[in-house]
Amino acid sequence: MTLDKDYLEYPNRHLGMDHDLYDFSMLDRRPNVTWPNGAKLALWISYSLEYFPLDQPSKPFKAPGGMVTPYPDLRHYTTRDYGNRVGIQRIWNVLNKHGIKASAAVNSKIAERYPYLINKINERGDEIIGHGVDMGKVHYGGMDDAEEQALIKESLDVLRKASGQPVTGWWSPGKSESWNTGKHLTANGVDYSCDWGNDDMPYQMNEAAGNIWAMPHGDEIWDRTIIMDKKHSEEEFVEEVEDAFTVLYGETDQYGGRVLSIVLTPYIMGQHYRVKYLDKVLGWIMGHEGVWSANGSEILSAFKEQA
Amino acid sequence: MKPDLELYDYWPYEGRPKITWPNGAKVAFWVAPNIEFYELDPPVNPTRKAWPRPSPDVLMAASRDYGNRAGHRRVMDVMDKYNVRGSVSLNIGLIDHHPELIEEAKERDWEFFSHGIYNTRYSYEMDESQERAILEDSLESVMKATGQKLAGYLAPALTHTERTIDLLAEYGFLYSCDLFQDDMPQPINVKSGRLISMPYSLEINDIIVYNAYLGTPRRYGQMIKDQFDQLLIEGADCGTVMCIPLHAYAVGHPHRIKGFEDALEYITGHAKEDVWVATGREIAEYYYENYYDACAADIAARKGG
Repeated sequence: MTLDKDYLEYPNRHLGMDHDLYDFSMLDRRPNVTWPNGAKLALWISYSLEYFPLDQPSKPFKAPGGMVTPYPDLRHYTTRDYGNRVGIQRIWNVLNKHGIKASAAVNSKIAERYPYLINKINERGDEIIGHGVDMGKVHYGGMDDAEEQALIKESLDVLRKASGQPVTGWWSPGKSESWNTGKHLTANGVDYSCDWGNDDMPYQMNEAAGNIWAMPHGDEIWDRTIIMDKKHSEEEFVEEVEDAFTVLYGETDQYGGRVLSIVLTPYIMGQHYRVKYLDKVLGWIMGHEGVWSANGSEILSAFKEQA
Repeated sequence: MKPDLELYDYWPYEGRPKITWPNGAKVAFWVAPNIEFYELDPPVNPTRKAWPRPSPDVLMAASRDYGNRAGHRRVMDVMDKYNVRGSVSLNIGLIDHHPELIEEAKERDWEFFSHGIYNTRYSYEMDESQERAILEDSLESVMKATGQKLAGYLAPALTHTERTIDLLAEYGFLYSCDLFQDDMPQPINVKSGRLISMPYSLEINDIIVYNAYLGTPRRYGQMIKDQFDQLLIEGADCGTVMCIPLHAYAVGHPHRIKGFEDALEYITGHAKEDVWVATGREIAEYYYENYYDACAADIAARKGG
């Protein structure tokens, strides 16, 4: 077997990215920004409320956290549901204790099945961001375009109606997009996406991506990555978050305001034996001067005023 | 397929001709930042898929791009702080995409070696002319952008063919990072010219530590220090080589950079009689100048035990 001759052709080998979704830009070469009240660091906590259907399809792939065993996988179905009942309450208790605001990424199926959660989010004053319809409906390259548009519209319509919130943020299930996701999102009133973990600060994507704003919502400081994928202990999770904070906080003297994004999964971090470590590290962070707890929209709004 | 490409001979670790690095140093130490470009929608190689998800694999591609946008600065700042020049494992296409990064490395007199054109174009299934084209493209592009004649090679995404190593020697490369059989350089059996294997690492490689060993950032730093301690002891008998290969998209994250900084502080805190901080090319040239012939003779004399 040999490769096609065109395997060594490089039509996109030129200055900048090899696609037109966004432009390349080095973080350290951009103008400094300042956060409200002279804060150094914006602490952006987000958590996801997800519905994993028992008949979750595996094509083109299963969103992380999905069903594992042969049908019916009651084991994973119910452990995921644990997060929506018990785990989230523990996380809310910790956030309340430290006066921390958050962004709640919610599958629209959650709003339909458990309106209680939407009411509680509104009571807390957390921002709701779109998180697709449910974890069985991922967006992906090559999917039917009308199907994707319908998924986005359904998710946003349901969440907006249930919450009364504008819902201007979006996190695709499994952080997966098609080539058209950005365009369809902005056409439906979405302002920012959490899917692109390639930066530590917000940046605006190009027209090919609907001019959507990419928020620094990476997949690293995420309980799923550190605890489930990397198998690090709770104490190690605390150490890694503290190290991330120390580095970003230290960079603010030279580079201006920074964002520390911490992504939480109620069925992971909301476990009884784990939540005290969340309490510990958030308490430690909030004990520093110049930490601004904000949701995604607030951070983006402050950023855009200076952009 | 063959059972063995016979690229090198078995060579017991004990009793080799004694290597002493400059200043009497026991360990030749180098750092190899991989500066890579991963295409969002690369052509398909039937032997290996670039991304697990259908294009665009936003999750994976964005994580790689993070290194060039954000992580690179932290890695370079730490290396500046401890006066360590990098030997860049460079996806050659990046010269065209992100000349900013090339300029920064040039200003610091870092070495560049070839890591293929893109980390999303694999050598598997290439015919000879295609593989030659990769090497010729590399030599020409690096010379044009930096004035350096390439000395080193690490195949893109570590994808090889049976002829890769021979071609490197034919094109005048000095060292290959593709072989992991030793903690010292070794003369390689090539059809023409000369080539040595240069110790790189698939052990204290950040990607391996984080993703295969599932190591924490602090453990990564400790592993590097422990490796150095061991090679320093052994280097008193015969000089060793230690490389820290890294990727800004991995070690350059805020929660990870400290482990790297701790390790670099520890190693560069040793006397110059212990550690020679160098680049891949400098180590290779010193080895050719002083030890290649003696080592080749020792290997030949001890062949088969």
